[in-house]
Amino acid sequence: MSLPATHRADIVIGGVRVGVTTSSASFLGLLEERYAGFLAAPAPADYDFDVELATLAEGSADDDVRVYRHEGRWRIERGDFRADLDPVARHGRIRQSENPYSIDSVLRIVHTLALAREGGFLMHSASALVAGKAFLFAGVSGAGKTTISRLAPPHVTLLSDEVSYVRRAQGRYIAYGTPFAGELARSGENVSAPLGAVYLLEKGPENRISRVAPADAARAILANVLFFAEDEALVQAVFAAALDLVERVPVRRLAFAPDARVWDLVEREAGR
Amino acid sequence: MSAPLYVARAPNVAARMIGGEMMIMSGRDSSLFSLNPTASAIWQAADGVTPLATLVQAHICSAYEVDPEVALRDAEEVVRSLASHGILRVSDSPIDP
Repeated sequence: MSLPATHRADIVIGGVRVGVTTSSASFLGLLEERYAGFLAAPAPADYDFDVELATLAEGSADDDVRVYRHEGRWRIERGDFRADLDPVARHGRIRQSENPYSIDSVLRIVHTLALAREGGFLMHSASALVAGKAFLFAGVSGAGKTTISRLAPPHVTLLSDEVSYVRRAQGRYIAYGTPFAGELARSGENVSAPLGAVYLLEKGPENRISRVAPADAARAILANVLFFAEDEALVQAVFAAALDLVERVPVRRLAFAPDARVWDLVEREAGR
Repeated sequence: MSAPLYVARAPNVAARMIGGEMMIMSGRDSSLFSLNPTASAIWQAADGVTPLATLVQAHICSAYEVDPEVALRDAEEVVRSLASHGILRVSDSPIDP
């Protein structure tokens, strides 16, 4: 009897390597297409997942996600997938149909869990690299993340139009590119830079940057941090991380008319 | 005269003063609260063993021109509200840390 062939993709986002093993060559192809630019040659991973392809009849991707601990393992569940992760062995399983969206959600959540412990997080924001610094553009749906990403001039490197990746290292914050795309449907570039500022986006009659009171900045950052786990210690860690960022990184309001000149303003600020 | 009331910060919350505003997040359900200066003063002083009336006298009446009875009544309302959200504990006897 021969064992089924296995295929593996090493997906490295924000310097965190997740190894995904599947018996399906077509699913591997799907991963390679989805995470192009974020794949690496096989090596020991920070987290390993085995994917079992199956059809889950009971729900859909529109259902709410639940992330909770059960008997020492993380359970990550939504209508379209079931996943679990042993946080000690850093090995888990994913049961889903052959699509790129379910595993994309699992990966986002695994990264939020990994980052929370070290003072980082994923944020609902676009991000870009300008003059050697990274800038985040945070806001709810409709605030203009996709618009400002689309307006970026060619010399601006987009890190994401939807989900930004922030790690803390040696007392400073670094933003990384992610493959987690929004309406632009385009992966960010796999590069990183120190975080220069966070802009809270709002559409306005003219392009203008204004100061934000620290407590308002903290509320805005917390409202945009992606975190799903029902875990008191990690919730407290995310709270501390968000407020720490507010104390260390400028947070400004960026009103912008939907025109490309907003980038002139951002670049002027970046040069200061 | 009513029985003394004791207040203590709940153990499952994270709190930090930022920009002069006390922000508190419940670890239980991620709810976010921000306290005004008087509520913040009570929150910071809530040690579980000092009666609320003493806290109000020391931290509110000494800082604001306010009638002590009114200040205590308002403080009781505030602490019961915070307790209902699970971020403060209120008891008619001292609270173990």
